[in-house]
Amino acid sequence: MMAFCIAQIPQWLAEPGLQHFLIISAILFSLGLLAVITRRNVIMVLMGIELILNAANINFIAFTRYSTLSLEGHLIALFVIILAAAEAAIALAIVLNIYQRFSTVNVDEISTLRE
Amino acid sequence: MDLYAIFFYFFGLLTVASAFVVVFARNIVHSAFALMFTFFGVAALYVLLYADFIAVTQLLVYVGGILVLIIFGVMLTTKVFSVEVKTGTLNVLPATLFTAIIAGMLIFVFYVTDWNIIPDQEWDTTVYGIGALLVNDFILPMQVAGVLLLVAMIGAVMMAARERSKS
Repeated sequence: MMAFCIAQIPQWLAEPGLQHFLIISAILFSLGLLAVITRRNVIMVLMGIELILNAANINFIAFTRYSTLSLEGHLIALFVIILAAAEAAIALAIVLNIYQRFSTVNVDEISTLRE
Repeated sequence: MDLYAIFFYFFGLLTVASAFVVVFARNIVHSAFALMFTFFGVAALYVLLYADFIAVTQLLVYVGGILVLIIFGVMLTTKVFSVEVKTGTLNVLPATLFTAIIAGMLIFVFYVTDWNIIPDQEWDTTVYGIGALLVNDFILPMQVAGVLLLVAMIGAVMMAARERSKS
């Protein structure tokens, strides 16, 4: 019975390869893009950007594992993480300033650079 | 269906499902907490790809740093105890259509491309290799990243503190 069940599973499903990781990263990228486009809150837009950066990192690391991009993919992913940390710190400082000036963090209501 | 495949599907499903919650939750606090599970799932995917150092860095920096920053941002900019914490959306239908088309195209391209996959090779821990590359080929990017982090830290403190002292 068990052997019969295992035989039923197709090979592309039983052995996750490069394309499986790439498809997960494509889904993450699209969801991040959706968050950036549709949400009104600036912090939600930031979360979408983090999702997009994570999708890019999954791609780099998957290619390191499955293709001839040696260990340099890991280093690029490391620098992406560093830049994401710096970006999040700066962006949240800017968001705090925006909230103090306009008392809102909705991107569609912030249309001027100064009061 | 070996253990690797089971772990892959479990963590892949966790990542994608919590990313859906991040994007579609009405409450921004729910989004922030779902983002934690997304980061955990991505770190587990890194482990499945033999990237041990990057997985630990992901946990330290994203879950320990960026997520805490984001939750602080949520707490400081929304009135948590009122209905304000719910966030609105814009242009949902065209944006969903647009991103669905993009996702479909990406998945199609990833599926039909004939990737040049190398045969399985032995992987040991990557920390030694990453350290060696960081002080050889990548010494300039590493120094620039250090300066950038210093500038970002000073800039964030200046920007966040300026308004407080004035008012």
